[in-house]
Amino acid sequence: MITVPAKRTYRLAEVSANIIDQCVAQGVPFARDYGGLLDNRSFGGVQVSRTFYARGQTGQQLLLGAYSALMRQVGKGAVQMYDRHEMLDVVVVDGKARGIIARNLITGEIERHGAHAVLLCTGGYGNVFFLSTNAMGSNVTAAWKAHKRGAYFGNPCYTQIHPTCIPVSGTHQSKLTLMSESLRNDGRIWVPKNIEDAKAIREGKKKGSDIAEGDRDYYLERRYPAFGNLVPRDVASRAAKERCDAGFGVNKTGEAVYLDFSAAIERYGKLEANVKKIENPSKEKIIELGRAVVSEKYGNLFDMYENIVGENPYDHAMKIYPAVHYTMGGLWVDYNLQTTVPGLFCLGEANFSDHGANRLGASALMQGLADGYFVIPYTVGDYLADDIRTGPIDTKRPEFDAAEKEQKDRINHFLNNKGTKPVDDFHRRLGKVMWDKCGMARNAQGLQEAITEIRQIREEFYRDVRVPGKNSEFNQELEKAGRVADFLELGELMCMDALNRNESCGGHFREEYAETDGPQQGEAKRDDANYAYVAAWEWTGDAGKANLHKEALVFDEVKLTQRSYK
Amino acid sequence: MGNMKLNLKIWRQAGPNDKGQMKDYPVSNVSEDMSFLEMLDVLNDDIVRKGDDPIAFDHDCREGICGSCSLFINGEAHGPGKGITTCQLHMRRFKDGDTIHVEPWRAQAFPVIKDLATNRSAFDRIQAAGGFVSINTSGNLVDGNAVPIPKDDADKAFDAATCIGCGACVATCPNGSAMLFTAAKVSQLSLLPQGKPERKRRALAMVEQMDKEGFGNCSNTGACEIECPKNISLEHIARLNREYLAATVTKE
Repeated sequence: MITVPAKRTYRLAEVSANIIDQCVAQGVPFARDYGGLLDNRSFGGVQVSRTFYARGQTGQQLLLGAYSALMRQVGKGAVQMYDRHEMLDVVVVDGKARGIIARNLITGEIERHGAHAVLLCTGGYGNVFFLSTNAMGSNVTAAWKAHKRGAYFGNPCYTQIHPTCIPVSGTHQSKLTLMSESLRNDGRIWVPKNIEDAKAIREGKKKGSDIAEGDRDYYLERRYPAFGNLVPRDVASRAAKERCDAGFGVNKTGEAVYLDFSAAIERYGKLEANVKKIENPSKEKIIELGRAVVSEKYGNLFDMYENIVGENPYDHAMKIYPAVHYTMGGLWVDYNLQTTVPGLFCLGEANFSDHGANRLGASALMQGLADGYFVIPYTVGDYLADDIRTGPIDTKRPEFDAAEKEQKDRINHFLNNKGTKPVDDFHRRLGKVMWDKCGMARNAQGLQEAITEIRQIREEFYRDVRVPGKNSEFNQELEKAGRVADFLELGELMCMDALNRNESCGGHFREEYAETDGPQQGEAKRDDANYAYVAAWEWTGDAGKANLHKEALVFDEVKLTQRSYK
Repeated sequence: MGNMKLNLKIWRQAGPNDKGQMKDYPVSNVSEDMSFLEMLDVLNDDIVRKGDDPIAFDHDCREGICGSCSLFINGEAHGPGKGITTCQLHMRRFKDGDTIHVEPWRAQAFPVIKDLATNRSAFDRIQAAGGFVSINTSGNLVDGNAVPIPKDDADKAFDAATCIGCGACVATCPNGSAMLFTAAKVSQLSLLPQGKPERKRRALAMVEQMDKEGFGNCSNTGACEIECPKNISLEHIARLNREYLAATVTKE
């Protein structure tokens, strides 16, 4: 027996090779070697160079490739684009998704769109943490409304925390910037060995460069000699948290570690000197040559860092800290990417599929593109075949009336609420609860507290939020209010899911469930006997009262084992 | 919070048909670690608490890749600093007591939606006119390595492909021309073998759409190159001109 999740992942592996060919054909400028063929590099979690890339912006270039392909269809009239629109609800008629309610973000008009099938490609919900590497506009609203209309939500607590982000600088912080994972190819991560040194650095009495080589703790290389700085993201993130919690952090807040390129600069400098036939190069010459190589590889990232932090990363080791980056959880889908609501499909990060509890580098792009380019064109046709004689969907039906009224009522509530605090105030508080209690490390007590706190914030939000302006205008505060209202329900479900899963796996680390001895001491401890399942939650009318359904993970050909990065 | 005090002069405009005007907003407690947009967040937070209408501005990724943010600060697209978007501009570039003028992109083809947010969908329509390679997702593909691409060509195409379509080039151009944007798209695809079969049609169609949208002509002032947050070179405009000329001359 092969279960659906395994079949889906098998298919992903099969079609993934086509993705690169498809994108090359679209004109995506992947990196090429001097021979003219596609170049590869290494990435977190693997020990071979097998990732295709486009400098430090592969995702951006793949997105622009998809955008150009979309605009071709728009130009032909095959696709009609509604930009600056937000989906507010799914309309279900006779058990099938038959359209959506949307708001025109410029005029505020509430629109009805009838459809034979609805596809959600609405991304992840990392912004429930307020601070994340996601774009500010990313939100869960479309997926959450689908959930409330009957789509199960799969593994909501599985969140990926990315190890290489620029640390938080203050309370004004609005988002966190990811430094590309490619930096871990050449950067070495460390903190001081002696806690006094770390303290001196935090107080500004010492600099990273003052710490002698022998007094540095390259903790990833120490703990994971086989993978070193290229351990998977969850492992690297937890290791950074462990050192900082123990008092070895290297910035004012104590929540930062060094990502140091001096060794790479020296290594590349020596190679370059050989290539340039410079005999007995001086140390300065080596560094000069090495910096040029590093600048060519990562120059844009170094510039970005300097802009944000105000410190030159060639002279001083970069400071980094983990940040929320990706959500493996999402709407549950079957082999055809259909949710539990017939006619409602979900693609990409918005669904829960393919990554389990831990996504490896580059595979979000792989999944998103595979779903869109190579899976849905075939599976949605299978669904539509039965609706070939249905005709246009009548948007005057009572189901549309009811859904539209619900959304209008909610908007009116926000606008007429005589509260005192802006939306972000509540979002920040929710984010802090989530980060502290449902973030890199979780425990039962913290999760229970989090659920209580989220309920309090939610109650206060509806009572005391202030949304200025009116509906019939470009109203960014109103947009945020609706999204935060949905995050306030999702957050509770994430905590419930994390509380239910009494094991540690991938991005979900429960402090009570870690290896206590042996070579894997301190690492995540799974419980395959009891938790080898997808947790698919069903909305029952109230946040906090979701029903749990279990989809078993069955493995015939391979046996579940613990992967060692030691 | 920090202790910088600033005097902001910000463009307020209720909608596309409103006349609009500059308004004064004194702000204090600005930290040099804040990004420019975070400074506006702090100001907006204050405005909302007072019960007034916050300042609308476009933003999304806040790391210089989405092309949404678009502020004209002290007469410069994306403000002071080279090779950065507004969201990558940090307050350490300003001094305590500074007066800062904040305006939207100003161009006929980019009408104001509200305050500092503008409608840049004209760029979408230029892209839709020809900024693509005509292939489908039929799975009927050739191997990405079947046609080797010289590294130099791939690198040059990449330089053009870094365009994020923010519109700084248009906003900064005295003629409101979209040549740098259009050139970046044409250049990327005409440098790659995959884009070559359609190069003539593409150059003609995209330039035609650009003119139709009401963008001005290019008079080689070079301002666009200086303000482009992705440092896209004028060379691409030269390449677009060559592509366009060749396409016009050989048109059937």
